[in-house]
Amino acid sequence: MPPILSVRDLATAFRVDGRWRPVVRGVSFDIGPRETVALVGESGSGKSVTALSIMRLTPRDASRITGAVRLQDRDLLTLSDAEMRRVRGGDVAMVFQEPMTSLNPVLTVGFQIAEALVAHRGLSRSAAEAETVRLFDKVRIPAAASRVHDHPHRFSGGMRQRVMIAMALACRPKLLIADEPTTALDVTIQAQILDLIKLLQDEEGMSVLFITHDMGVVAEIADRTVVMLDGRAVESGPTHEIFRRPTHPYSRALLAAVPALGAMQGRARPTRFPVVDRVTGESAEPGEAPDTVQPANLLEVRNLTTRFELRGGLFGRLRGRVHAVENVSFDLKAGETLALVGESGCGKSTTGRSVLRLIEPLAGSVRLDGEDILGLPPRALRERRRRMQMIFQDPFASLDPRMSVGAAIAEPLLINRLASRREAHARAADLLGRVGLKPEMADRYPHEFSGGQRQRICIARALALEPKLIVADESVSALDVSVKAQVINLMLDLQASLHLAYLFISHDMAVVERVSHRVAVMHLGEIVEIGPRAAVFGAPQHPYTKTLLAAVPVPDPARRGTRHGVRADEIRSPIRPPDYVPPERCYREVSPGHLVQVWGAEWEAAAA
Amino acid sequence: MGAYLLRRLLIAIPSLLGISLILFTVLALAPGDPFGELATNPNVPPEVRAALRAKYGLDDPLLMRYLHWLTAMLQGDWGFSFASRIDVDDLILQRLPTTLFVVGSSQVLALLVAVPVGILAALRPYSLLDQVANTLAFVGFSLPTFFTGLLFILVFSLKLDWLPFVYNADVAATGWRWYWEHLRQAIMPIAVLGLFQAASYTRYVRAAVLDVARLDYVTTARAKGLGEGAVTLRHIARNAMIPVVTLVALQIPAVFGGAIVTEQIFRVPGIGSLLINAMLANDTPVVMAVTFVFACLVVLFNLVADLLYGWLDPRISFR
Repeated sequence: MPPILSVRDLATAFRVDGRWRPVVRGVSFDIGPRETVALVGESGSGKSVTALSIMRLTPRDASRITGAVRLQDRDLLTLSDAEMRRVRGGDVAMVFQEPMTSLNPVLTVGFQIAEALVAHRGLSRSAAEAETVRLFDKVRIPAAASRVHDHPHRFSGGMRQRVMIAMALACRPKLLIADEPTTALDVTIQAQILDLIKLLQDEEGMSVLFITHDMGVVAEIADRTVVMLDGRAVESGPTHEIFRRPTHPYSRALLAAVPALGAMQGRARPTRFPVVDRVTGESAEPGEAPDTVQPANLLEVRNLTTRFELRGGLFGRLRGRVHAVENVSFDLKAGETLALVGESGCGKSTTGRSVLRLIEPLAGSVRLDGEDILGLPPRALRERRRRMQMIFQDPFASLDPRMSVGAAIAEPLLINRLASRREAHARAADLLGRVGLKPEMADRYPHEFSGGQRQRICIARALALEPKLIVADESVSALDVSVKAQVINLMLDLQASLHLAYLFISHDMAVVERVSHRVAVMHLGEIVEIGPRAAVFGAPQHPYTKTLLAAVPVPDPARRGTRHGVRADEIRSPIRPPDYVPPERCYREVSPGHLVQVWGAEWEAAAA
Repeated sequence: MGAYLLRRLLIAIPSLLGISLILFTVLALAPGDPFGELATNPNVPPEVRAALRAKYGLDDPLLMRYLHWLTAMLQGDWGFSFASRIDVDDLILQRLPTTLFVVGSSQVLALLVAVPVGILAALRPYSLLDQVANTLAFVGFSLPTFFTGLLFILVFSLKLDWLPFVYNADVAATGWRWYWEHLRQAIMPIAVLGLFQAASYTRYVRAAVLDVARLDYVTTARAKGLGEGAVTLRHIARNAMIPVVTLVALQIPAVFGGAIVTEQIFRVPGIGSLLINAMLANDTPVVMAVTFVFACLVVLFNLVADLLYGWLDPRISFR
């Protein structure tokens, strides 16, 4: 059968400071009818620009597209602007990565969908509205008719992505381009959206070009895969072939770096990622990390509770509370990694911040080396914080752009008066070496580094005070797969040499399985299940843990999920009325150290 | 919304009270005496002067005088102008329409120039149009209104003799001619004020449009296949105007202040010239009333700005 879309020698260059910089260099691929092709690669590989070039959405004056993009019998690159506008949204539709920013905040979602219907199908306003309701039903938005007049901010991320998909489907496109449509979503929501795209593809008979960096998603959805590196397609073929026998060294490196859920079965301790050379493809078999866990507890958290008050009305009356952390207890030993996992709004970050008292908890106790942190006066707290440091998610926002990285690393030493200026700078250079950078880089500024390098700098800064505990809040979530593997390896090495304890906060179950000794699953501010990693992943008990694990895409096309029925559940909100009294919870121990919250009726449907 | 409005109005009361107290104190401490000229007039015996001072309560302690002024004010009595010998509220009501006409029209003119120019400049950044608009904007707000005002008078009134340069409140004409004469004499003050404002508004509009034009939902709109006109108007301009509208609302009290100079140059019989004359004549009740009206305008337009913001941006809820 002739392909729907055929891309030949596509090359795109952007003009930067008067010079043409190539971003896509000669990419060719075909997409057959009803076929799903995945374009994978890391940031800067040119995959998104390829998609934008197909749609001719790159900035007009500052970009140049050459090659051929044939949609059935037309070359899109030679169409007039008016013809191209009919193709966009008509024959080819697009869904973007960021559901929070890709809808216009001041227009109702219904209007934004109707716009496409009026532009392409010439419907009247009322007919367009009726059609919008039908589309909302199609993408399984609950109570569709009442929601078309809402503005985007009233929708959650997953629901907004459904709106985007409804908009894309409005004119029955032949091809749907989905640019990282699930990257910004929680894992259970990601699973729903992937199911939805597959289902709609069958119903509508569309072809899909799916752009992603996530090999798990690729394995889940793609018939064929194109691997991109530095603007070139280095390997392409049927997905199962690429996963089984990757030929290009880069594909092999990429696959080796993918954390795969279930890969840790039979291993007792956290394990480094295998390092595969991108050029030669040679790999070093990963070693299990040495046993670093000490017998004594470093951190003991008991009944930690943090709530935020919501006020409003004429005299700032209490309207409700966010029960962000509710009666949370756990221990952490020196040299141990405890992972806090859960979806957005589950309170895992607030827990980490409450432990450091960056947010003042409402109740409970946090003992560090047996001393209660929560009762300390400010001066003593500052002193104790030397022993607990934090690494944040976004390495671009957590370094001061006007401070050299050496100064940033030396700063904790200087403000705690632990070293003279000279000593601090010597120590900064030393720490840079320790995290795998060069000591002479100390004089450079953050913008001169890549994301992975910046995260290393943040780790060096956290290490400057020789802490015992590091709270790593989604510290590897924003990094590319291969960089993520390297940073995790670094964290494991540092744990082995310095006996650091990590409170590892993450939503990524596969990474958590790889790095942690013990795991705590959080839901709506409470720990629903906590225990040794092998027990929680091997024999999950709580329905929520099971849902979470089932939703993780597995990077193995042979184990492609057989989920049926697209649900439209939303992540529940921890906002409660002011008179809400949290129920008494009890835990049962299913195996040594493996505690599960006894769940109530609300989970019965999910557990069945 | 109702509760929000009520709360904001309640908060406005203490701030207005505070402002009026400070204004009153400053004016009382300032040197100058409304009856100063009587002292130098040999025909007025000192007893008459003392009686007048006693009648207007000028010898009472400061707080007494303030409370006196406040209670009178609350009952709608704005005081009596010593210089013009009429009630202050009548005086202000006489002058206000002219100022509102000039300031209002100049704002409309400023927006009519700034919005299209700013949008066009931002859609093609660093193009010829953008460069020209930027240069003119810089020239525009570098030149103070008293300079451009005099320049306009020199060119359009003296050289070309197209427009009158002294504003005449009593136009001796009827019907259409009356409107035309009013408009003709208002052209120059409106143009001077309006173009000055347009210069800075253009910069704001351009910056706001540049910010919005690179956002994801603009790409979404293009990916839907909308024409450039719809993308620009519905998706870019609609959002870019939100900060601009707020800015304009917050600027309006400042424009009244800036209009004082312009009114003085063109002899516009508005509130600004009233204030200046009152200051020169030590006519404290008028100065107090006019400055207090300005203070009320600031508070009012702050509230208007917040309400507009909430109306334009559905993400903002009034709590």
